Amino acid sequence: MNQHAPPSDSARDPVPEQPGLFELFFAFSKMSLAGFGGVLVWARRAIVEQRRWMTPDEFNEAFALCHLLPGANIVNLSIVFGGRFRGIPGSLAAFFGLLLPPTLIVTTLGILYAHFGDLPGLQRTLNGIACAAVGLFLAVTLRMMGPLVRRKNPVEIGLMVAVFVAVGIARAPLVAVLLIALPLSIVATYLWRKRVAA
Amino acid sequence: MNPGLGTYLNLLWTFGLMSLLAVGGANATIPEMQRVAVDVNHWLTNAQFADMFAIAQFSPGPNVLIVTLIGYQVAGLTGAAVTTFAMCGPAGVLAYFVANFFHRSSHSFWPSLIQASFVPVSIGLMAAGGYVLAVTVDNSLAAVLVTLATVLVTVGTRINPLWPLVAGGVLGFMGFV
Repeated sequence: MNQHAPPSDSARDPVPEQPGLFELFFAFSKMSLAGFGGVLVWARRAIVEQRRWMTPDEFNEAFALCHLLPGANIVNLSIVFGGRFRGIPGSLAAFFGLLLPPTLIVTTLGILYAHFGDLPGLQRTLNGIACAAVGLFLAVTLRMMGPLVRRKNPVEIGLMVAVFVAVGIARAPLVAVLLIALPLSIVATYLWRKRVAA
Repeated sequence: MNPGLGTYLNLLWTFGLMSLLAVGGANATIPEMQRVAVDVNHWLTNAQFADMFAIAQFSPGPNVLIVTLIGYQVAGLTGAAVTTFAMCGPAGVLAYFVANFFHRSSHSFWPSLIQASFVPVSIGLMAAGGYVLAVTVDNSLAAVLVTLATVLVTVGTRINPLWPLVAGGVLGFMGFV
């Protein structure tokens, strides 16, 4: 949710307290542990609203880049964010803060699953959770489709549908689809912008 | 379970490569992950894969940690560590250097255009991931209804995402799903 911060906090002088390595580690582990169903909301809350380490605009720019690059968005964000303040040690502190605590939790759950995965009660519960989890994922996808649907750019929507069909229904390998779709999308966006500008 | 070095290298290579192609976040890689883990390598069954997805969603932290679970299932604790590192390390190093570059250079035409052109591809991939999971998970009418209800409630309200997960778990435990 990219709600704009109240004017008071953008008007404030951006004198970010430079976070230290321990601060980076603990800030990211805190937002990670709070982040059921997505860490992004908590990351923005901590970085922009609570600690004021970045202005809303700085945060948006940093996140957009992490979204554009391959890999897990929020993992990339921790590395980019930590690096901006404290170089490579900062990246490592934020990265391990983000990943270490939840990795321990998820591994524990994995061990429990490996031992008790056959219990019918646990199996049924996980089935139910999985149905809801898929629903959450579909809901996020629908929300993200909003701007594209409203823009009504046929090329954009066509590409989106084509990628969905290729990967979701035809089950084509991701590499092949990306190698075709990305250059196509760059050319299409370029032509579309020229047309709109003309 | 005593996996050889080959298994670790395979995990490292498979997930390292996958992470560098994971445009639009780890969840966009779900179909590829399932193809590689279930169809190609037979590391997991479809049902196990769906369970891993559920555990990863229900746990705190980035959803990318589904790879930790897959790694554990394939090759124990070392497998979990190797897989997590493979999925986050190479992409993270790339992000570090590219972000530094962008931070130093100012806004220009091509970066913003390239960024915009990633969006439809990434959302198409996410939709594909959701579809593949829904087909895997929703084996009964009740299951389909739980998924649909979650979509409607989540899109329509500002509810904490934990509640649909809890509701799904309770309904599942009681044998409705």
